[in-house]
Amino acid sequence: MENTQTDLVRSLMLDANAAAGILDEIFATDVTACPVECANCGLTGPIGTLLAFTQAPGVVLRCPGCENVVLRIVQTPQAIYLDARGAAFVRLPRASG
Amino acid sequence: MAIHGKRNAIGEIEMKRSVDWQIASIKAIKQETHVVKTYTLALPDWSPHRPGQHYDLRLTAPDGYQAQRSYSIASEPERAGEIDLTVELIENGEVSSYLNEILVVGDQIELRGPIGGYFVWEVGMGGPLLLVAGGSGIVPLMSMLRHWAAAGARDPHNGKIPVRLLYSSRTPEDVIYFEELMKLRAECDGLEIFHTFTRQHPPDWDGYARRIDNQMLAEVAGPFGKSLLAYVCGPTQLVEAVANGLVQIGLAPQQVHTERFGPTGGDS
Repeated sequence: MENTQTDLVRSLMLDANAAAGILDEIFATDVTACPVECANCGLTGPIGTLLAFTQAPGVVLRCPGCENVVLRIVQTPQAIYLDARGAAFVRLPRASG
Repeated sequence: MAIHGKRNAIGEIEMKRSVDWQIASIKAIKQETHVVKTYTLALPDWSPHRPGQHYDLRLTAPDGYQAQRSYSIASEPERAGEIDLTVELIENGEVSSYLNEILVVGDQIELRGPIGGYFVWEVGMGGPLLLVAGGSGIVPLMSMLRHWAAAGARDPHNGKIPVRLLYSSRTPEDVIYFEELMKLRAECDGLEIFHTFTRQHPPDWDGYARRIDNQMLAEVAGPFGKSLLAYVCGPTQLVEAVANGLVQIGLAPQQVHTERFGPTGGDS
C-alpha cells in the first residue's frame, strides 16, 4: 500500500518549472534559473531543477539530491505563504545587473 | 531623486515585469493523436517567448473553485500574436479533460505567460543541440526545433547549428507532429531524427525499439562530442534515466537541462 502511494506521488512529480508562475508572482521576476542551496545537503542548483509536488493544497519543492523540502508555497484568497526554511539561500540577480 | 529616477529607468529596461493573467481565445484546434490536441490561442497581450517556456492555464468554476496547470508552448516565438499549446489528455485530468472535451473554437480561456527561464534554448545559445523527448515531452522541444528552423530560414548561419532529436513513443500512432518532423528533416540541413518505440513498432522497422538506454544515447549523441547542449523532457522515469545516462557517457550535469512532464505514466 505504501509503495503504491509512493509510486503515485512520484508519478505525479514534476519539477519547479511547473511552479514558475507562482514563483514569478512572489518574486516579480522569473527565478527558475536562479541558484538555490539545500539547507539539508548543501546541493546548489537552479530552482527549476527542484522536484515539484503540485497535487496538494500547496506546492512543495524538494531537493533533487536528498529530497528534503526546500520551499513550500501555499495560496489563500488573501495572501501567499512562502516557507523557505529548507533553503540555505536563494540568489536573485539585482535589477541593475 | 535623480538616483531614484535613474534606478527606475534601468529597472524598466532590465527587470522583466511579472506576468499577468489575460483572456485568450481559441483560434483553432487540431487533433494530433488519439489523446493529444493542439490549441492555437490568440493573445491580446502577446509577447515573444523563449522556446521551452510555458503558460499557466486557469479554469474557474461558477462556485469560484480554480484549477491551474502549466502547459508548454509548442510554437516558435517568430509567430506573433498567437501561441500553440499541445496538451495530452490525462485520464481523470481536471484541466486536460475540460480542454479536450469541452473547448471549441471561439471559446475563451484564462492564462498567463510566457513563464520559465531554466528549460529554454535559443539559437543565440549555440549547439550542437541534443533533444531527447518521451511522449508529450516533445512539446517544448518542438518549440525549440521550430525556432531553430525559422532562424535558419531567416539567416542561414543560424541553421548551421546541428540538431539531433531522439524521440521515444509507445507506438507509431502516439508520435506527435510526425508529418511535420518528416518535413523538417527533409527541408533543413543539420537535423537528424531518431525514433524509438517501446511497445509496438512499424512493420519492417529497423530503428530503435526499446526504452532509451546508455548505448542508444552514446550512438545518438556520440557524433556531437562533448560540447553539446542537451534538453530532456518527458515522464520522470525517462528524464532521470536519460539525464543520468548522459552524465555517465561523459557530459557535465550543467550541459543537461531537464523538464519532467507529467503525469503520462507508463513507458513512452
